[in-house]
Amino acid sequence: MSAEHDTTVETFLVEPTNSKEYRELYTARKKIHPRRTHGFFRNLKWLVMLVTLGIYYVTPWLRWDRGPHAPDQAVLIDLANTRFYFFFIEIWPQEFFFVAGLLIMAGIGLFLITSTVGRAWCGYTCPQTVWVDLFLVVERAIEGDRNARIKLDAAPMSAGKAAKRIAKHTTWLLIGVATGGAWIFYFADAPTLLNELIVGEASFAAYATVALLTATTYTFGGLLREQVCTYMCPWPRIQGAMLDEHSLTVTYNDWRGEPRSRHTKKTRAEGRPVGDCVDCNACVAVCPMGIDIRDGQQLECITCALCIDACNSVMDKLGFERGLISYATLGEYNANMATAGARLVDRAGDRVWDTSQIKPSLVRGESGHISKAIAHTGFSSFIRPRTLIYFAIWSLCGLALLAALMLRDRLDINVSRDRNPLYVTLSDGAIRNGYDVKILNMKPEPRSFELYLSGLEGGQISLAGAAQSQSDKLIVDVRPDQLRKIKVFVKVPRNKLAKSRLDFEFVVQEIGGPEMTTYQARFESPSQ
Amino acid sequence: MATDDHKHDDHKAEIDEISGTQTTGHEWDGIKELDTPMPRWWVWTFYATIAFAIGYMIYYPAIPLIETATGGISGETARGLAEKQMAAVKEAKSELDVKLTSTPLQEVSDDEQLYRYAIAGGRSLYKVYCSQCHGSGAQGAAGFPNLNDDDWLWGGDLNAIRTTIAHGVRNEDDEDARFSQMPAFGKDGILTSREIADVTEYVLKISDQEYGAEEAKAGKTIFAENCAACHGENGLGGREFGAPNLADALALYGNDRESLIRQITAPRHGVMPPWLERLSEAQVRKLALYVHSLGGGEKTSAAETE
Repeated sequence: MSAEHDTTVETFLVEPTNSKEYRELYTARKKIHPRRTHGFFRNLKWLVMLVTLGIYYVTPWLRWDRGPHAPDQAVLIDLANTRFYFFFIEIWPQEFFFVAGLLIMAGIGLFLITSTVGRAWCGYTCPQTVWVDLFLVVERAIEGDRNARIKLDAAPMSAGKAAKRIAKHTTWLLIGVATGGAWIFYFADAPTLLNELIVGEASFAAYATVALLTATTYTFGGLLREQVCTYMCPWPRIQGAMLDEHSLTVTYNDWRGEPRSRHTKKTRAEGRPVGDCVDCNACVAVCPMGIDIRDGQQLECITCALCIDACNSVMDKLGFERGLISYATLGEYNANMATAGARLVDRAGDRVWDTSQIKPSLVRGESGHISKAIAHTGFSSFIRPRTLIYFAIWSLCGLALLAALMLRDRLDINVSRDRNPLYVTLSDGAIRNGYDVKILNMKPEPRSFELYLSGLEGGQISLAGAAQSQSDKLIVDVRPDQLRKIKVFVKVPRNKLAKSRLDFEFVVQEIGGPEMTTYQARFESPSQ
Repeated sequence: MATDDHKHDDHKAEIDEISGTQTTGHEWDGIKELDTPMPRWWVWTFYATIAFAIGYMIYYPAIPLIETATGGISGETARGLAEKQMAAVKEAKSELDVKLTSTPLQEVSDDEQLYRYAIAGGRSLYKVYCSQCHGSGAQGAAGFPNLNDDDWLWGGDLNAIRTTIAHGVRNEDDEDARFSQMPAFGKDGILTSREIADVTEYVLKISDQEYGAEEAKAGKTIFAENCAACHGENGLGGREFGAPNLADALALYGNDRESLIRQITAPRHGVMPPWLERLSEAQVRKLALYVHSLGGGEKTSAAETE
């Protein structure tokens, strides 16, 4: 049918270096030279790269006005003052459960995403993938595409080669510096820190962090690349538990491609069956992980979908339908394999499809179009108990965090009672207890509070140091966004001491505001 | 074939066909060992540690000699650093100490930093020098006053407390030590045991406890004649003599009938060393401020200011 297109398809001389049959144990890494692709998924990845890198580099420079008593950086992790600012949210150390909650949501979210669209995190948004992609852009701009790079690697050292190498590594290091530099801006006022960095007045920790992150970015993105995913990252191992027969993965559709042939025209003329795969190796040439997707689902595959783009452009040239390599579920794949005539056989203990039995005539009808019997994945595969449960847990976490955020107090009180001595008998027979009271003003504005006792008959409160001035309540000024610790004495006259232990409350009430909070405390006196 | 034989010599390294790696050249019953090189990252890390060690030995004291060690170009030692830090702390403290000794005690609390410094210093000094007698919580014990309460034998404002700490009580080392002595009314035969019992009932009455009405009546006269000179007409005490207030709920040696009789018959007298002999003025002031802050501190009256 489309055999005349054969000559227009370039066949690549490429080995899937990380495929099982090529990769022996303990052999040195073979460098991979991924070829550039064009297409929908490549464009999607450019967009994701733009957005994720944009978020990473721009965020520290966003401003957010919090008034004169708090920093105006929208996102700031202030380690020195133990505060975390995120736009309108300010988190104190004891509210760190919000961050823990977000991490739980991220974890559950990763489960949800993986069980529906496979390793989308790995293929699109993982920093390792994004930065390797960025480093590859640099490499391609300086050294050329796949073939030029292979030629350059093989060429003896010359002035031209050295210049290219120096330019490439320098650019990589600069990207590394920018990466490390952006990181530290999250921990201090960005414009001030940038100024200090340039004039050499920033702290040693700042320079050390930049140096460390420069080194890791350069090493991981430029030198280690796919080895990070294959050998260092635990996620490829965990994903096996997350994926099932309804999860989308990048799949080579054997039922359509097999038997593959480089000589379609000749094979067909001989009357032998021939599938859609012309064995041009375009999918292998573009793979940044160095595998052949046609070997089936593999640990190394990060589902970046670049082989889909590569194969689709070949299919376009051949005039075939797109999707010889496509996002498909295992369930759909198995059904189609059965439809195409493949049979499950035992091979080395595994149940695998025997592709030699595939009959292209079962896949394509008389019209030459793909048969209606062929299953296609719809969005319905997303909705199943597993994903619904993940989504429910994820949403519940989110709702609980939101509720906690809405209902949280910006005023808190902590009290610890003196234990040495437990109580003090005064000259008039009254009993006095001492308390350390901590009042937390968690708003970035100075506030005054009334501190008084509730439920303690005859109890009088006084501030330590203010010699013997007893009163019903204390006025406590607390500086913006600060904790204030005060020592107070509570005195109860002898005739009011009904029990040796009296339970009461410290009440702290904002003056000129609605906030109020209490602390359950105890008053100790000698047994009567 | 001669060359081939030579290749299989026991002590000749060769290249292993399968792995392409050189062997060690030793053979045991036909078993040969590959001489696989260390991974490059390991080798480079190893070289880096050697370079670091050389730099370290040049920069820091490193090689031990008979009496001393090589100095290194920095001459920096852990001991030297500690000494430097101690000197810096001492210098920072000396400034505050000078300020503390030159500021009137009742004005120290106006300077938040100085006050916090004094209280923190006082707290640690208290643990070292005072807690043995007055208790770790300053709660005192029989014969050793509780420093938390509002009952003071020799005065409870800052200056009175400083004087008590500086010169001590009833010691022979300091001429300015607080001194008073209550006569041993029973032991020396000044009062009969009947009279002592009566005056005890009177003290129980004024301190708001159960008492015998008849005995107390007789005791009132005895009190006026023998005790009021120091303890005051109403038994409210006299701080100039260190005479305790007998009308309140607190007593150094116990407030019950038995304890009172024992104290009137043969009084015990506590002793406190003069701390200015051992501590600096700044340290004594820190202690005074700390004790004053414990809850019973009194305001300094205008007439008493330094």
